[in-house]
Amino acid sequence: MSFLRAIASEFQKVFTTRMWWLLALLLAGYVALMSGGFGAFLGWASENPDAAASAGGGTAIPPGLDIAPLVYSFATSIGYVFPVLLGALAVTGEFRHKTLTPTFLAEPHRTTVLTAKFLSQLAMGAGLGVIAFAVSVGTGAAALAGFGLDTGLDDPDTWALIGRGVLAMALWGAIGVGLGALVPNQVAAIVIVIAFTQFVEPILRFTASLNEVTANIGKFLPGAASDALVGASFYNIASLGAAAALEWWQGGVVLLGIAVVATFIGAATTWRGDVS
Amino acid sequence: MQSGIPIEITGLSKHFGQVVAVDDLTFTVHPGRVTGFLGPNGAGKTTTLRVLLGLVHPSAGTATFGGTPYAALPRPLETVGAALDANFHPGRTARDHLKVYATATGLSKARVPVVLEQVGMTEFADRRVGGYSLGMRQRLALAYTLLGDPGVFVLDEPINGLDPEGIKWIRGFLQNLAHEGRTVLVSSHLLSEVQQSVDEVIIISKGRLVKSGTLVSLELDAAPRTIADSPDREALSAALDEAGLEYTEGRNGFIVNEPDPGRVGHAAFLGGVELNTLHRLKSGLEESFLSLVGGGEQ
Repeated sequence: MSFLRAIASEFQKVFTTRMWWLLALLLAGYVALMSGGFGAFLGWASENPDAAASAGGGTAIPPGLDIAPLVYSFATSIGYVFPVLLGALAVTGEFRHKTLTPTFLAEPHRTTVLTAKFLSQLAMGAGLGVIAFAVSVGTGAAALAGFGLDTGLDDPDTWALIGRGVLAMALWGAIGVGLGALVPNQVAAIVIVIAFTQFVEPILRFTASLNEVTANIGKFLPGAASDALVGASFYNIASLGAAAALEWWQGGVVLLGIAVVATFIGAATTWRGDVS
Repeated sequence: MQSGIPIEITGLSKHFGQVVAVDDLTFTVHPGRVTGFLGPNGAGKTTTLRVLLGLVHPSAGTATFGGTPYAALPRPLETVGAALDANFHPGRTARDHLKVYATATGLSKARVPVVLEQVGMTEFADRRVGGYSLGMRQRLALAYTLLGDPGVFVLDEPINGLDPEGIKWIRGFLQNLAHEGRTVLVSSHLLSEVQQSVDEVIIISKGRLVKSGTLVSLELDAAPRTIADSPDREALSAALDEAGLEYTEGRNGFIVNEPDPGRVGHAAFLGGVELNTLHRLKSGLEESFLSLVGGGEQ
């Protein structure tokens, strides 16, 4: 009973401040730009293959490539940073604004509070995932249909991909909670999220893909695991095929593992400490 | 309303690395009166209160509410109302702030407008806390303590930052809580700030207890003195010497170690000295406090 109350309280904390809709708005705009833009570019490229090959160097569409999943998966491949941020802020915000005091006075069982954050941010991540896919499918399908390409919306595989994508976004939200518990300093947590997702991991993934041995390690990187779970990502063309990728369910297990381990370590360290 | 429960601090110590914040502290706070928890800045008041509320782990000793530590209270907000520092999420309104914690502890949302009214914050309830003055934050922190209508109140520096009207209001507020039989512990670094509201005092310095008792007993510790002045200070000085009275010369006259102004007046009369000031010095309480905590502040 106190557990359900804690979860309800965590949802109220999210929805009574502005951060959630700011992030949702940014996510929707970013995904619309990328899915719509990339869908339109691919549509144009498929109509003018010669011009695209000469203009874009290596960006000619590989034959037999399924375009629609690629366009839709921008929702996760670029959007996953948003649930991580929201999840991390749910924890670091309590440290930054010193609201841990009223929080722990109302619910002295600290594990209950952190577990409630984990589960509520899992749901928030899923919500952001629904928004991201609504936008990526909306803009992407419109762009593809405009050029007479297959939107794949009558294919159950497309919907399975969307479902796995929403699950990935949910897990990213929980990873954010784990990160926030590990790094309670809000500025540091935000810098880590941005630096890791935008620079460190893309470089690591690219470097790892150059060699077969490292590629087998690189597939366990969180972004790679996420792409494996979803089943499509523009990274897969960027790194030419992704010879080494996890099964979709393995990708999900890796993400869940990261979220749970980070949250556990955080719970045993920063979350247990003196609140002053 | 819940009934008042005593606060029991027993052999409490807290070290932060090499620094001893609280050192073997023992005291009891009883229901039905307002107890002032006094000491200079850095004396260990806030640390003691945070240990009491389960926010800081003690190095030794216990701090309980009638034998139960805070974390083991079955319904914490309905047993203890605590305001430690007036910190809130700046982007959340007062009403939402209270709703979040009413939900967390299973209290009815109907309590929210009630406690907002109690602290006089209804008018500002839907503004974001970021724009609040210190006084408004203090009131919101008090509203939080009232949510569960508890029998025990633990308030850290609640008067800090209030305007004169707010100070007058909180004095009545604290006295009312005590009259209803609740336990009220109020910390402050200034005795003068709380001396009109408290019945008992617990004074600590450098983490150790230096005095615990009624405000009256503190007053008795401070022997009252007399202040006397004359247009002819040399003559007055001679007259006081003649009468065998001890004194020091101050800006406003002589401070005489004698509680009875009549005896000082008599000494002046015998010496034929004209007096233009003669009255009892009333600052004894504050001086007594300062002598108890002396050296607490570097």
